[in-house]
Amino acid sequence: MEGTPVQNDWYFILLFVVLSPILAAVPMLINYLLGPRKPNFIKQQTYECGVETVGDAWVQFKVQYYIYALVFVIFDIEAVFLFPVAAAYGQLPLFAIGAAVLFILLLADGLAYAWGRGVLEWV
Amino acid sequence: MTATIDWYVALSAILFTIGALGVLLRRSAIIVFMCIELMLNSANLLFVAFARSLGDLHGQVLVFFVIVVAAAEVAVGLALIVTIFRTKRSINIDEINLLKG
Amino acid sequence: MEFTPPEINLLIVAPVLIIMAAGSLGMVIDLFMPDGKKGWAVWLAAIGLLLALAQNIALWNGNYETFIPQNGVAMVVMDNFAIFLNATFLLTGLLVIPLSRSYLQRTGLEKPEYYMLLLFSISGMMLMGMANDLILVFLALEVLSIPLYIMCGMLWPRPESEESAMKYFLLGAFSSAIFVFGIALVYGATTTTAIPLIFDAVAANGLNAMIVTGLAFLMVGAGFKVAAVPFHMWTPDVYEGAPTPVTAFMSVGAKIAGFAALLRVLMLALPQASGEWVTAVAVLSTLTLIIGNVVAIRQGNIKRMLAYSSIAHAGYILIAVAAAADNPSAGVSSALFYMFAYLFTNLGAFGMVIALERNYGEGNLLDDFKGLAKRHPWLSLAMAYFMLSLTGIPPTGGFSAKFYVFGAAIEAELYWLVLIGVITSVISGYYYLRVVYLMYMFDGEGQLITGRALQFAVFVMAISTLVLGLFPEGLFNLTAEATLSATRLLAGG
Repeated sequence: MEGTPVQNDWYFILLFVVLSPILAAVPMLINYLLGPRKPNFIKQQTYECGVETVGDAWVQFKVQYYIYALVFVIFDIEAVFLFPVAAAYGQLPLFAIGAAVLFILLLADGLAYAWGRGVLEWV
Repeated sequence: MTATIDWYVALSAILFTIGALGVLLRRSAIIVFMCIELMLNSANLLFVAFARSLGDLHGQVLVFFVIVVAAAEVAVGLALIVTIFRTKRSINIDEINLLKG
Repeated sequence: MEFTPPEINLLIVAPVLIIMAAGSLGMVIDLFMPDGKKGWAVWLAAIGLLLALAQNIALWNGNYETFIPQNGVAMVVMDNFAIFLNATFLLTGLLVIPLSRSYLQRTGLEKPEYYMLLLFSISGMMLMGMANDLILVFLALEVLSIPLYIMCGMLWPRPESEESAMKYFLLGAFSSAIFVFGIALVYGATTTTAIPLIFDAVAANGLNAMIVTGLAFLMVGAGFKVAAVPFHMWTPDVYEGAPTPVTAFMSVGAKIAGFAALLRVLMLALPQASGEWVTAVAVLSTLTLIIGNVVAIRQGNIKRMLAYSSIAHAGYILIAVAAAADNPSAGVSSALFYMFAYLFTNLGAFGMVIALERNYGEGNLLDDFKGLAKRHPWLSLAMAYFMLSLTGIPPTGGFSAKFYVFGAAIEAELYWLVLIGVITSVISGYYYLRVVYLMYMFDGEGQLITGRALQFAVFVMAISTLVLGLFPEGLFNLTAEATLSATRLLAGG
């Protein structure tokens, strides 16, 4: 992967960068040129699906929601340590499996604690 | 022109500097926090680049540890920021000034 | 692809495993205990710490190594250096628990989590002492810091406590990011993070710009942890806002752990770069001594005063680190002695601050010490003794510690550093003895809230300080053995 082939790869990406905005812009341009325009009040309003919003969108979420998300972040990332185990599963001795199980048990301890504190209940 | 290790060192040094300057100059706790994450990730980039150029797997494993530590910091840090926001209605670190330094 | 598991002997790391297991067990027990019952956590933590201390001492002189990967260089070493530091951390934990109890009850902080976080933080400190690999140093740094961030903020929604946690968190995370970048640079220059292999690589190929830059980053990162000037600006605010027992724990445990990291990096990984780092350490030390001691004079709040005092004491330990460049055995062992003596003296002083604090943030002013001697003669005497020890007046542990540190520095021919150390000690007498003066020469309303546990802990610390002052040789021989074992391991590769 050295010399000219690498350069060709980069040219391809450059070409892609140049072409993709054009490809996206052309239909919009056609639409702008050909589409009929009869503006009225309803049409000018911000498009929003579903029912109309009532009140301020900046409402307070329950704080439990944050904790739920934070707990998720931790467990999500801890899974990174299981990838090496999964990748080499065939060759692993019992000891390594034991270490992985211990790791999961520790995570389960944390999860049980979070559960017991009522973090997992949707409020 | 292929990218040598020097390029990666330069890039991560730039990222680290941006992060460090952000920590020192920005006033929003969230942005300061994001800058710290940027600094950690610049170190990650350096680890991976060195691991690749030195042909040593060790560096790639180290990145796992840094990522996990960063996640633990995210959890604690965001929880603290949310708590302080609920009390003070602000996360501007200039307004967090009850304790005079 | 063959997978060879590393060589692991869990008995060697049993002290830290016991602490972690006690912490994890506490989280489970907490689920099954009714909310009203809280006393069990204290006992769980205390028993865990005692067991770990016993197992730790049993490993003395073993020079064990474990977690040995294929390259044959252990990630965890249990030399006397590590055992000595572990004992320091475990004693810190054991003394903080009786100091905390009644304070936690009257501030409504008595939750099992407090003790669990304390245990987790201590396990990180112990890992720091045992780490033989920079990445383990980094992990240990985080394991000890993250629980501390939470403990600082445990008095939420009190804004001061939240603010303290926030500042500690942002500065702590900043410093660990700097530290990990330093590790990355050293890794790039030497292809390894194992401390003995870094030593070998430098011995074989000499220094280069990348290693020195990495070293600088590592020193800045550790400088934040030990609160050395100019990386100290977080300290007074964080110490003032945190719950007082947490401040006490932080001022001793986190600082000693920071020095453990610094000593491992400077003395065991990069001693050949001592020409590069000795000047930096000496300058840091000078700045820390002068600014810490001078600014402490102006403080009217006892927690802030002790914060600046703890900055100043980091300066004295840095003198020992600088001396270790030329004279490793005397430098490192006097640093270890200083930290051990500082543990009792500083925790003792904080014990009195805790007793004086009626409610969170009330009774923290120096003026609140007025007239205490009349109502609490014994505890005031202990406080006066701790203040003398912090100043470094004989016969106290603080005096012996300073004596050894200055002795090591004179052997290393750092005369001007010793001169600054002596002058700043004299300056420090002014603000330490003012507390004694206020207690004995004024009338005041101050009342101490003391339980039997706190009185006992203060008594133990006063006696320990006295013993270290009168018979320092015993401990000094231990620290010398601890230092020898670490340097021998290094020589053996």
